[in-house]
Amino acid sequence: MAELKLMKGNEALAEAAIRAGMQAYFGYPITPQSEVIEYLAVQEPNHNYVLIQAESELAAVNMLYGAGGAGARVMTTTSSPGFTLMQEGISYMACAEIPCVLVNVVRGGPGLGTIQPSQGDYFQAVKGGGHGDYHLIVLGPNSVQEMVDHIFLAFELADKYLTPVMLLADGATGQMMEKVMMPQPKEYKPDKPWATTGKTKDRERNILTSLFIQSEDMEQRNLKLQAKYKKILANEIRYEEYMTEDAEFIIVAYGLSSRIVKNVVLQGRKDGLKLGLFRPITLWPYPWDKIGKLAAEDRVKFFMSVEMNAGQMVEDVKLAVCGKKPVFFFGRLGGIVPTPEETYEAIKEKIKE
Amino acid sequence: MKEGYELIYKRPGTLTDRRMSYCPGCFHSTIHKFMMEIVEEMDIQDKTVGVCPVGCSVFAYHYLDIDMQEAAHGRAAAVATGIKRVLPDRIVFSYQGDGDLAAIGTAETLHACNRGENFTFIFINNGIYGMTGGQMAPTTLDGQITSTCPYGRDVDTAGMPLKMAEIISTFEKVAYVERVSCNTPANARKAKRAIKKAFEYQMEGLGTTFIEVASNCPSNWKLTPEESLKWLEEKVFPYYPLDVFRDVKKLKKEE
Ligand SMILES: Cc1ncc(C[n+]2csc(CCOP(=O)(O)OP(=O)(O)O)c2C)c(N)n1
Ligand code: SF4
Ligand SMILES: [Mg+2]
Repeated sequence: MAELKLMKGNEALAEAAIRAGMQAYFGYPITPQSEVIEYLAVQEPNHNYVLIQAESELAAVNMLYGAGGAGARVMTTTSSPGFTLMQEGISYMACAEIPCVLVNVVRGGPGLGTIQPSQGDYFQAVKGGGHGDYHLIVLGPNSVQEMVDHIFLAFELADKYLTPVMLLADGATGQMMEKVMMPQPKEYKPDKPWATTGKTKDRERNILTSLFIQSEDMEQRNLKLQAKYKKILANEIRYEEYMTEDAEFIIVAYGLSSRIVKNVVLQGRKDGLKLGLFRPITLWPYPWDKIGKLAAEDRVKFFMSVEMNAGQMVEDVKLAVCGKKPVFFFGRLGGIVPTPEETYEAIKEKIKE
Repeated sequence: MKEGYELIYKRPGTLTDRRMSYCPGCFHSTIHKFMMEIVEEMDIQDKTVGVCPVGCSVFAYHYLDIDMQEAAHGRAAAVATGIKRVLPDRIVFSYQGDGDLAAIGTAETLHACNRGENFTFIFINNGIYGMTGGQMAPTTLDGQITSTCPYGRDVDTAGMPLKMAEIISTFEKVAYVERVSCNTPANARKAKRAIKKAFEYQMEGLGTTFIEVASNCPSNWKLTPEESLKWLEEKVFPYYPLDVFRDVKKLKKEE
């Protein structure tokens, strides 16, 4: 049965993974997401998933590769420095087409950084991060409810497209408590004829590899991946619009900063300013076309990207707007969450100009 | 079969027909054959899943007619852990070189052994990085010349060659550790027996099994296959003795 609960983001996502039929979890503790493995450790006796606290994120992601390749529904979660270590395995899994779910509960960086929430890993998530031509499907939850819903969605997309899918969350969404509707457990029946489960007489052997030593073969694998990404681009773009129908000033924000912007939009409307929020939910594939269409509307005067970083997603906004309208940026760095007041001031300043 | 002839030896059906890429005289091919003979003899082709590493045996899946995953350099133990944990009734092995297992993958190796992961390591220690053209390995002998220690390994700066079998044998959750070689028919037979024993222990769920092969690399040692056997006997075995370093069944008897 679906249940209404009050839960912390990290714990809710762990519970959601259990209910989505996760069969194996591998992770390494790091603030601000250690509650995930802790929650799974407490719940372990009541379920039959595999749980390993690995010796490093490097090991964890490679365990994910093995277990995912053996056909299990697998997940790992980490925060920024750990996600950097995982890039090796992610690139390998993208190429070997191994489905898995990855969660980065982002903290401020670079380096060891801070444990406060940040959106500084946007580039890493959506532009690669590991080596080679690949993409992840990247979801940007902005509430505890979406932490839960996106986990279900991520497992489904991973299996559908045979690809790693990630949640790009942030420390605050992981740590805060909110009301959440926890869906009822889903029975998961894997249908993975490609998995390495042991070669039976009725089939050829299954091989999972990212090695294609002949360039012609490597190109073929790349073309296969690109065809898949094209399909994902055509089918999986998700976004939310809030008061954009008549908006003159469109603020683009994802994740936690989108919630701040929502308040700012409301305040602006009270003051007679036609603000609107455009929130990408899939950060890859990004809703470039949709933003481009908004940019073509005469009434729209400018766009502003509000982020918890030095300006990363703003590059995608610019790509989408393609010179049709000015694109501005406002953000705070190093784990500082922008206040609605300072965000509103930044917008008003641009309107004045 | 021609009349009057008796079939006494054949290629195991669990090896594919593809010609191996290994150099003549290299033990990689010998060990591949033994493993697949064992899989055939034990009738476990449908239950066996292998992990091949980065190294000369990165192509192992071309030759072994079983399900396989190719792992990133050094991560075979983590990958095998993932497979075995979700498929506990399969026979899982990682097949790794010395660079893979004892340099870039040391952490994964030690922790898998310490957890007693119930899969089998086949560790091909040839004292060199074969695939990349003969650089120094963590197992290169004191004074041995390679392309990155052209004046001989200097143990004062490079450290001593790592004795992995001895190190692994100190882990309580490890069931079986043996160092074998294939330099003589007798030793080759022992090597096959060791691998079989490791698979059997694994099937009994006794813990990690670890077979180190004191192997050769004629090409990068710049020796003929025959000379490489002599090198093994004269230089390698004195430092890397062939022995059983841990056997839980014997330990239990002694208790
Ligand atoms: C991360 C990474 N670093 C380096 C390499 C290059 N590389 C490929 S094989 C190898 C060494 C293999 O030596 P070993 O494990 O001893 O296997 P052998 O070829 O001797 O059997 C190296 C360094 C790589 N593929 N990946
Ligand atoms: S390079 Fe060395 S280890 Fe590799 S196949 Fe040739 S002889 Fe064997
Ligand atoms: Mg080697």
